[in-house]
Amino acid sequence: MKKFLALFAVCLIAGTACTKKSGDSSQAVSSNEIVFGEYGSMTGAESTFGVATHKGVMMAVEEANKAGGVKGKQVRVISYDDQGKADEAVTAVTKLITQDKVHLVLGEVASSRSIAAGAVAQQYKIPMVSPSSTNPKVTQLGEFIFRVCFIDPFQGAVMAKFSINHLKLKKAAIFRDIRSDYSVGLANFFAEEYKKLGGEIVADVSYSSGDMDFKSQLTSIKGKKPDVLLVPGYYTEVGLIARQAKELGLKAILLGGDGWDSEKLTEIAGDSILGSYFSNHYSHEDKSPVVQNFVTQYKAKYGEVPNGLAAMGYDAALVALDAVKRATDTTPAAIRDALASTTNFQGVTGVITINKDRDAVKPAVVLKVVADKTFQYVTTVNP
Amino acid sequence: MRASSALKQLLVAIVVTAAIWGLGWVLEDNINAYIVRVIVNCGIAIILALSLNLVNGCAGQFSLGHAGFMGVGAYISAILTTVYGGPFFQSPLGVGLAILSGGLCAAAAGYLVGLPSLRLKGDYLAIVTLGFGEIIRIVFLNIDAVGGPRGLPGIPRFSSFFWVYLCAAITLVVLKRLSESSYGRAILSVREDEVAAEAMGINVAHYKVVAFVISSFFAGVAGALFAHYQGFIDPQSFNFNRSVDVVIMVVIGGMGSLTGAVLGGIIVTLMPELLRVFEQYRMVIFPLILIVVMLVRPMGIMGYRELWHFDWFKKIFNRKKRVAAEA
Amino acid sequence: MQEFLQNLVNGLAQGSVYALVALGYTMVYGVLQFINFAHSDIFMLGAFAGVYLAMWLGTSLPAPVAAVVVTLGAMLFCTAIALLTERIAYRPLRKAPRLNVLITAIGVSLLLQNLGQVVFGSDPRVFPPLIPTYSLFGTEGIVINNIQVLVITVAGLLMAALHFIVHHTKMGIAMRAVSYDIQVASLMGIPSDRIIMFTFIIGSALAGSASILYGLSYPKIEPLLGVMIGLKAFVAAVFGGIGNIMGAAIGGIIIGLAESFVVFYVSSSYRDAIAFAILILVLLFKPAGLFGTLRREKV
Repeated sequence: MKKFLALFAVCLIAGTACTKKSGDSSQAVSSNEIVFGEYGSMTGAESTFGVATHKGVMMAVEEANKAGGVKGKQVRVISYDDQGKADEAVTAVTKLITQDKVHLVLGEVASSRSIAAGAVAQQYKIPMVSPSSTNPKVTQLGEFIFRVCFIDPFQGAVMAKFSINHLKLKKAAIFRDIRSDYSVGLANFFAEEYKKLGGEIVADVSYSSGDMDFKSQLTSIKGKKPDVLLVPGYYTEVGLIARQAKELGLKAILLGGDGWDSEKLTEIAGDSILGSYFSNHYSHEDKSPVVQNFVTQYKAKYGEVPNGLAAMGYDAALVALDAVKRATDTTPAAIRDALASTTNFQGVTGVITINKDRDAVKPAVVLKVVADKTFQYVTTVNP
Repeated sequence: MRASSALKQLLVAIVVTAAIWGLGWVLEDNINAYIVRVIVNCGIAIILALSLNLVNGCAGQFSLGHAGFMGVGAYISAILTTVYGGPFFQSPLGVGLAILSGGLCAAAAGYLVGLPSLRLKGDYLAIVTLGFGEIIRIVFLNIDAVGGPRGLPGIPRFSSFFWVYLCAAITLVVLKRLSESSYGRAILSVREDEVAAEAMGINVAHYKVVAFVISSFFAGVAGALFAHYQGFIDPQSFNFNRSVDVVIMVVIGGMGSLTGAVLGGIIVTLMPELLRVFEQYRMVIFPLILIVVMLVRPMGIMGYRELWHFDWFKKIFNRKKRVAAEA
Repeated sequence: MQEFLQNLVNGLAQGSVYALVALGYTMVYGVLQFINFAHSDIFMLGAFAGVYLAMWLGTSLPAPVAAVVVTLGAMLFCTAIALLTERIAYRPLRKAPRLNVLITAIGVSLLLQNLGQVVFGSDPRVFPPLIPTYSLFGTEGIVINNIQVLVITVAGLLMAALHFIVHHTKMGIAMRAVSYDIQVASLMGIPSDRIIMFTFIIGSALAGSASILYGLSYPKIEPLLGVMIGLKAFVAAVFGGIGNIMGAAIGGIIIGLAESFVVFYVSSSYRDAIAFAILILVLLFKPAGLFGTLRREKV
């Protein structure tokens, strides 16, 4: 038995070593295809975000290939998992750039990993497009780093403005995810803007993504009697938070950001989240053919409705493909210039223009949760 | 006689240092950056595994919080070279000093952890070290000045193949010397039988703490090197999974064996890279291989032995001694 | 005052889940002297089994019956997986050094987690509301809902049942004997392999029931849900005195309460550190845990 296991282990290891070698030599980029690299957290605690983004990216690329590719060449995507770790992200991107010789890198969702890996992309002067990293520092890394989403300062201000101007509610509590840089950033900018507009933050407590019980924090928030409760986290926790808030009898209106965007939100939260608002890149209700097409195709291909991250992944890939199309040739520098000059690009998540800081200038929409899986459009906030 | 052996040692040290430097120079120019990166990561893993080997392998104390010390070293050194340092710490000497400080602070943390560990046995000790590791991580997660969950970017990328492997070589030499000294023997005796050791007059408590402190120092150095290689750190890099990785390195290599720790460090770093072929199944296959290795060879690759215990090694390197003895 | 009571109830409910899981850790440790890291992932698998079973049953059975069936199903599934891992991964290592079994357990845990992500997908699932939630008495200040009461009651009953089994049945005596000294026990004619299997069965059945209670309280199920709960339950088992059943149960409750109160009255950002801090404090004063006995080593 032992010998068998030993032999099995040796074969497994030898097999992987062998396959790697043969894979290596053919990875050199041939001149008749475009290669995109993608890195994301396909395993680990944040795998649901990485996988969703990946699905969006793959769908965009496959559609492009079916339509004949870009500049007459087919596009190939090499995806590496970073397990949600910053050092793995750096390794993955280093491999993509130095060994797989990709033309462009797509990734990541978490700003911390984008910052870590972006430094490598900038160093080797390969353009990188982040689908969902919202920390301002990401694009500050250098002229080769882009993003197709809005940044925290903007989104944070959106909900603050909405709360004061639209809902006319001036007492807010914040419930942030201490483990997520997205959540912390959004919370900070919301608080800044809210106070500037004359609002009052009555409570500021935190949870960790992965937690399942929020009752003690919610109890302390309830005691401060806020009008609104900002929960700038991901739908994975927000659903439970909403539920428990309702169970405790907390009366505040819940507000959130684009991390809420998923049909799982209402599934997990049930009734408790009805009447809440969140800012997003786009609305499923948007009747424009681009959006409806995307939703239908995605449902057909993957059997589920796309969430916000999948939509951003799709758009990141689309913007990248469009840049390659417009670029004078397929050198990284040319692609970079094409990316920088992206103007009024009709993506699924809105009309994208890349500004001089290489951030996407696009309006945010505020949506209201009205029924199961139904988010109703309320208003648009322009940058 | 003594002077000449000291001179000989100095000569060996210089040759080895030059060799590492030369190797680094060749590698960085000719091999692609990804492979160099994997190799450097192996180097950092080697230092981690060697340091944990002292506690888990030699002293027989089961520590599950090693990542915490790595984190202390990383953050302290990074704070010095970014947030609070000033221009001195940007220079190579300054960075070196920062790395040293990281190691020393980690050693202090090791002292704090080692103290309560005296009274605890086996699995209790494991969970307490796990607890300390997690507490350290959570503390860093909550300090906004070092970025909290957003991490600390902009660390000068000072580490390179040369520095990492130089430190690895130093670690190996120090720990080898330690294990062959009376201090080391005392530490080993703690693992073998605490009661007997105490009866022989060995202050078991003292040696346990010493093992912890030395081990944490090197873990801190490894963490600092890691920080200055990545250019970016966040608390997630120093979580329980990282501690588990290091424990796996030590166990796979063979507990108590220095060469085992080196091998373990290399294997555990290389394996996920080699397994990239399998994409999402990679993290299913990795633990599977681990389980199989445990079932098939529970004592690890080297068992308790070292490379220099093997007959063939002795034949190659001790020919001079034998010739001299025969003459 | 009201908030104090609110936190009390919240803490008790959460602590009950921790306690049930902690019991599994402590029982396996008692007989095998090793920490089964994979226990929390078996808990996770139970929750998934519950989800699928509940979906399969649909509305064919009235709610309370469906809940019981799902719970039993989950318990069965957990037991099966536990026995499988015991047979394949742990039994061959009975004679090996403790650290190796531990690494194997970690390996099994990682395997189950990642396999779960591959098989179930990493997007969270929703646990069907087998028992509709409603508040029992909701006033302005304190709100208790029926699920919380259910959790506390069921956990209490199960722990009482366990206590009965361990202290008033032959199996229980055998288990205790094996946990004292496995070699002597087998010399006395106790089939130690079977007792160990039985221990695993009970431990994982408890985890299975805990998983359904968890699913009813927190309907979001995903492959990594066992990680934090497992860690805290494990801490509970240790500081209650590992191997000690009452210690594990009380430990779990204490951690649940402590988290609830400290998060409310002190700070929420250090929540995860609380369990460990308590552990370290307790172990400083009582090195064998609250109820553990320091085994004097005879030389």
